[in-house]
Amino acid sequence: MTTLDIKGIQEAADDPRDDIPLYAPAPKVYPQSVKGRFRRIKWGLLFFCLGIYYLLPFVRWHRGPSLPDQAVLIDLERKRFYFFFIELWPQEVYYLTGLLILAAIILFLMNAVAGRIWCGYLCPQTVWTDLFMSVERFFQGDRRDRIRLDEAPWSFDKIWRKAATHISWLMIAWWTGGAWVLYFADAPTLVLQLATLQAPMTAYLWIGILTFTTYALAGHMREQVCLYMCPWPRIQAALTDADALNVTYRHDRGEPRVSVKQAARLREVGQPAGDCIDCHQCVAVCPTGVDIRAGAQLGCIQCGLCIDACDDVMRKVMRPAGLIGYDTEAAVVARAARTTPPARRLIRPRTILYAAIISLVGGAMLYQLATRSLLDLAVNHERTPLFTTLRDGSIRNSYTLRIANKRSEARPLAITVGGPAGTAFEISGASPSADWRPIVTVPADQTIEIRLFVAMPRRVATSSSQLIQIKASDLAFGESVTVKENFFAP
Amino acid sequence: MAPDLEKPAVDAVTGTPTTGHEWDGIQELNTPLPRWWLWTLYLTIIWSVGYWIVYPAWPLISSHTTGILNYSSRAEVGEELAKLAALRNTQAAGLAHASLTEIKASPDLQRIALARGKAAFGDNCAPCHGGAATGAAGFPNLIDDDWVWGGKLDEIQKTILHGIRWEQNPETRVGNMPAFGRTGMLKREEIAQAVEHVRSIAGLDVDKTVDLAKGKEVFAANCASCHGEGGKGNQELGAPDLTDAIWLFGSSRQAMTEGLINGRGGIMPAWNGRLDPVTIKALTVYVHSLGGGQ
Repeated sequence: MTTLDIKGIQEAADDPRDDIPLYAPAPKVYPQSVKGRFRRIKWGLLFFCLGIYYLLPFVRWHRGPSLPDQAVLIDLERKRFYFFFIELWPQEVYYLTGLLILAAIILFLMNAVAGRIWCGYLCPQTVWTDLFMSVERFFQGDRRDRIRLDEAPWSFDKIWRKAATHISWLMIAWWTGGAWVLYFADAPTLVLQLATLQAPMTAYLWIGILTFTTYALAGHMREQVCLYMCPWPRIQAALTDADALNVTYRHDRGEPRVSVKQAARLREVGQPAGDCIDCHQCVAVCPTGVDIRAGAQLGCIQCGLCIDACDDVMRKVMRPAGLIGYDTEAAVVARAARTTPPARRLIRPRTILYAAIISLVGGAMLYQLATRSLLDLAVNHERTPLFTTLRDGSIRNSYTLRIANKRSEARPLAITVGGPAGTAFEISGASPSADWRPIVTVPADQTIEIRLFVAMPRRVATSSSQLIQIKASDLAFGESVTVKENFFAP
Repeated sequence: MAPDLEKPAVDAVTGTPTTGHEWDGIQELNTPLPRWWLWTLYLTIIWSVGYWIVYPAWPLISSHTTGILNYSSRAEVGEELAKLAALRNTQAAGLAHASLTEIKASPDLQRIALARGKAAFGDNCAPCHGGAATGAAGFPNLIDDDWVWGGKLDEIQKTILHGIRWEQNPETRVGNMPAFGRTGMLKREEIAQAVEHVRSIAGLDVDKTVDLAKGKEVFAANCASCHGEGGKGNQELGAPDLTDAIWLFGSSRQAMTEGLINGRGGIMPAWNGRLDPVTIKALTVYVHSLGGGQ
């Protein structure tokens, strides 16, 4: 090693730039309260969404004596999902796949039409954060008061305000977890069990987990969730286009930013003056602390609160409202270039495609749901042996039938087998009906397994395999299922 | 030009500070992660320490640290198995009190009996009768409708309990197909005639050169006492029906001749005492359900 090399290594080790921080503290955001159209919409949606979440488990839906009467219930123990008039079995979990596809494409369509509607108004992170912020505001005051309180030394006033906030947050968080577990058991019963400390351990565990996540995410993490945890802002940026409505600072109108007085002077002498007075109200009210005037960005959840704040300011300085508003990039760019903005194109290839996928998947699911059979018959041919020779030389095959009754009443089913003349069949444990068809009764909401023996005289069992029809006909509801299966012979 | 080591370098294009690292003119920009991200790393480390204390974690030379909860997945499986055994015992109690016909009549009891019977069949009966109970030459097929000793529930149960030609059991089923040829009771020619007679009543192909009338005489004198005048067999004696399509030792001329010369006498062990009464009941119901039960 030469002297020069050693010197190089030492210099690299002593490089003070190696000490620069690779981690940065997350600056705390103190959103200011705001009144206006979008704030009202957000309040309305907050009460609507939380109302559904907290109250839905208590809605009753009568399904018959043997089934639960909770409208929405995920019954893990009995492996059923109830949603009002729909009851799904585990083998129908593909509906969930359909729902997930629908959810994703609806999100894309919303984005193509009007940007991050989901992020700004409907996302649980947004809704709960909004709720937690209002609690915070109730105990600690508005933006300036909260900043002052955080900077102030610890005092009785500060302690009780902080304590009240966190206790309220924890109570809301606890009830969020509490409502969650109600979807998995009979809600009134579980509430009573929880109140008397008799509930199953898993219920407390899940309430604990959701209390922690709600308290941490809505109370402390807030915009950090959108900035660092959520994949959607990144995908959204790749999916948007110039024709999508977005919460936009109309820079064609706002720039150059000057004070109200200077703007008046400039306009008098016929010079250009922007409407933005650089008052920072849009930044002050922003729940994620971004500056909308920097354009579309990852941190902007497009909740519209800056529109309310800016409109308020514009009214005060006697300028038209709408300096910040829902607008398309195409329109802003056109106006900035002093050309006529193009008409808004709602129908574009991407909106057509999204709408087509939504109607296709939604239609297929609805069709499947509307025409799905409440009676399932699955036939398994016995493999060992494929056939048996009987005393009189005839050939017998045996089958296992699995019959699922998805109704809430027991159903008597007549089993018949169609095949060449001389085909005989037998079911162990079936009682014969008046017309000598064997009857099996499937209890409500259950699957039973029965063995079916089918025999053919040697003279008709000529081919090594031929198709027979096995049919289950419901005597009470008139439904029937036919399955074709092979009959094997030597 | 020597870089200014006091100030962090700033990338001219993005305006972002760089880390000062440079490779072939490519600079590394410094976009710091939020501090809490680092805290979550420390938190997971603290969590893991807590985990080591509470749960089994570290391997030692011949054992491992057990953790203060003393948790063991093996013990958990053991508990589950004990619960299952307790459940099976209550189900067995149901079978113990019910008669065979009561078990057949009750779907619940039948379900339990079939599950238990299937398991017991696989453990004890399958080596001879086959996993699917289809049997083999000399070992009866239990899924067809032909029975040497009877296919009613109580007859099946008796066969399982006491076995066939099982000398240690006084109540065992006994029936003998004598070795007509080896003992000299019948001459080779008479045996051939008897075989052709049996083939004719069974509907099998017959050698026309053999005297069938003689064969019928030999049958009446030697075989009919057990197998019956018409060869329909007798389940009391375990004498198979010779007119049906099912042949325990095969329907070839050679197999039939061999039976007449050397006799036949398969053995089945008595299971009374080797299996508990509930298991035998379950086996009876299971065998009865295979397709031949009467």
